[in-house]
Amino acid sequence: MADSAYISSSDDDRKFTLNFGPQHPAAHGVLRMIMDLDGEVVERIDSHVGLLHRGTEKLLEYKTYLQGLPYFDRLDYVAPMNQEHAWCLAIERLLGLEVPRRASFIRVLYSEIGRILSHMLNITTQAMDCGALAPITWGFEEREVLIGFYERASGSRMHSAYFRPGGVHQDLPPDLLDDIMHFCGRFPDAIAHIEGLITENRIFKQRNVDIGVVDEKIIMEWGFSGVMVRGSGLAWDLRRSQPYEIYDEIPGDVFKVVVGNNGDNYDRYVCRMEEMLISCDIMKWCIENMPEGEVLLAGSKVSPPRRGDMKRSMEALIHHFKLYTEGFHVPEGEVYACVEAPKGEFGVYLVSDGTNRPYRAKIRAPGYPHLAAMDHLCKGHMLADVSAILGSLDIVFGEIDR
Amino acid sequence: MSEALKELGEHISDSCADMVKSFHVKHGELTLLAERDSIVRLSKFLKDDNQCVFETLIDICGVDYPERSQRFEVVYHFLSMRLNQRIRVKVSTDESAAVPSLTGLHPSADWFEREAFDMYGIRFAGHPDMRRLLTDYGFEGYPLRKDFPLTGYTEVRYDDLEKRVVYEPVSLVQEYRNFDFLSPWEGMTKELPGDEKAEKEADNG
Repeated sequence: MADSAYISSSDDDRKFTLNFGPQHPAAHGVLRMIMDLDGEVVERIDSHVGLLHRGTEKLLEYKTYLQGLPYFDRLDYVAPMNQEHAWCLAIERLLGLEVPRRASFIRVLYSEIGRILSHMLNITTQAMDCGALAPITWGFEEREVLIGFYERASGSRMHSAYFRPGGVHQDLPPDLLDDIMHFCGRFPDAIAHIEGLITENRIFKQRNVDIGVVDEKIIMEWGFSGVMVRGSGLAWDLRRSQPYEIYDEIPGDVFKVVVGNNGDNYDRYVCRMEEMLISCDIMKWCIENMPEGEVLLAGSKVSPPRRGDMKRSMEALIHHFKLYTEGFHVPEGEVYACVEAPKGEFGVYLVSDGTNRPYRAKIRAPGYPHLAAMDHLCKGHMLADVSAILGSLDIVFGEIDR
Repeated sequence: MSEALKELGEHISDSCADMVKSFHVKHGELTLLAERDSIVRLSKFLKDDNQCVFETLIDICGVDYPERSQRFEVVYHFLSMRLNQRIRVKVSTDESAAVPSLTGLHPSADWFEREAFDMYGIRFAGHPDMRRLLTDYGFEGYPLRKDFPLTGYTEVRYDDLEKRVVYEPVSLVQEYRNFDFLSPWEGMTKELPGDEKAEKEADNG
């Protein structure tokens, strides 16, 4: 498998170089790692990323702000709406827009659905990396229901393009909130079922406890965020410490920040499990307190006019045409907007030159610094731990390669 | 919020007067314009000073302004989890001048700097392992530069005769269409299309 250039020239026959990926089920996408091994102990890992590089940032510079939005679904494709959220926040900050209250609630509701989608995929695939094949089938049953909620709100199961600058695209259809509420009622049972498979499982614990330990020094030096931080006992959550939308209104007994103790793979797994239940509580709270009203800024330059208005008003018709061809203009300036995505801090650094297209949009993906630390985290671990650590970093290549 | 950031900016620019050119607070964010060669000293100060404690390097990215003499801006974002504050530091550089690498201070700078090199060709002095990161093996050019075309220069296909993927110059059935939807009435540019002719005539006449 290894390129001839990577065959070690060392005489010591314990040392060899192994090529991992790019097509490997435990690589969670297309990751190629050149691993220098001493027997079974990892000495160095050289990650080769970029096999899924699509030039998102370049493409964004050639699209209007609205056309750029769907690219964000394709970054971390297991929790698409959380990415759109950062993009919308950046644009709204530059334009100085205030989102309608109902839209804020819907955004939070769907961000939490995204969090469950992502965590559910992560913990079950991490279990699969450690040899447990059943949890993923149980977990995907729940994901399927949640993806159904995505579809009912946006019309699309995955690439939803639902969050828009100024709110969300459409109001939720009738009965959807009741169905989500019903789901939230039974979801803790589903989690308990999956927990029964994994949490006390002897093999899973042997593979994960005390593996990939992350301490505060590593967190600071390597720019970690999200569960990678919280698993080590630091209560850092952007939803709490730098709140956006209505996160600061959610009472403390509903939204608790989950922290671990040891910062190993296992603690991160437990954190994700617990966070899914918290997300479920936040969803319930959002539905109970959901106000009525607009979901997209009415009468603003960033939102399309109502279909009915377009039939009667010439201005509305012109506005619709202009919005979907020229797009709206964003005042000159630069802004960094970030959200607590399921994997950590997802940020967008947006530079606008005052035209209808971004001058520069840099996407700060949470998985990127996590994967960059792979060499540091795996050094001295056994070969079998590499896939366990990779699983617990929660890597998705859509966002790392961009 | 912005008052506190202003104070912080003043504190930093007072303490590091030789390293910071200027600072401003906009959209609730503090931005420092710094001297290129002192970026390592500055981020060391930002990391250690007890009013800053910017221990986490969030991001490094390049921005290209071809019309400037120092065409690239390198933008650093730092975060302090302890004091819950953020800062942005910008330095300027061009194709040849190297920016001192932050890898010694923040190991996470490694990949961010490799990416900036990959995308813009910005050089970082003292980086231990400067290779391309996101683009293909053997890729040439710097794709995020403004003068790099969106369609690129090469495309790949699988050649059935050679039994391998081959690179070929991009051939487009239709020229890439870059629509300019900017309306001249919006006041986007100060000049209206066609105005330049009047000036030329004035010069000639």
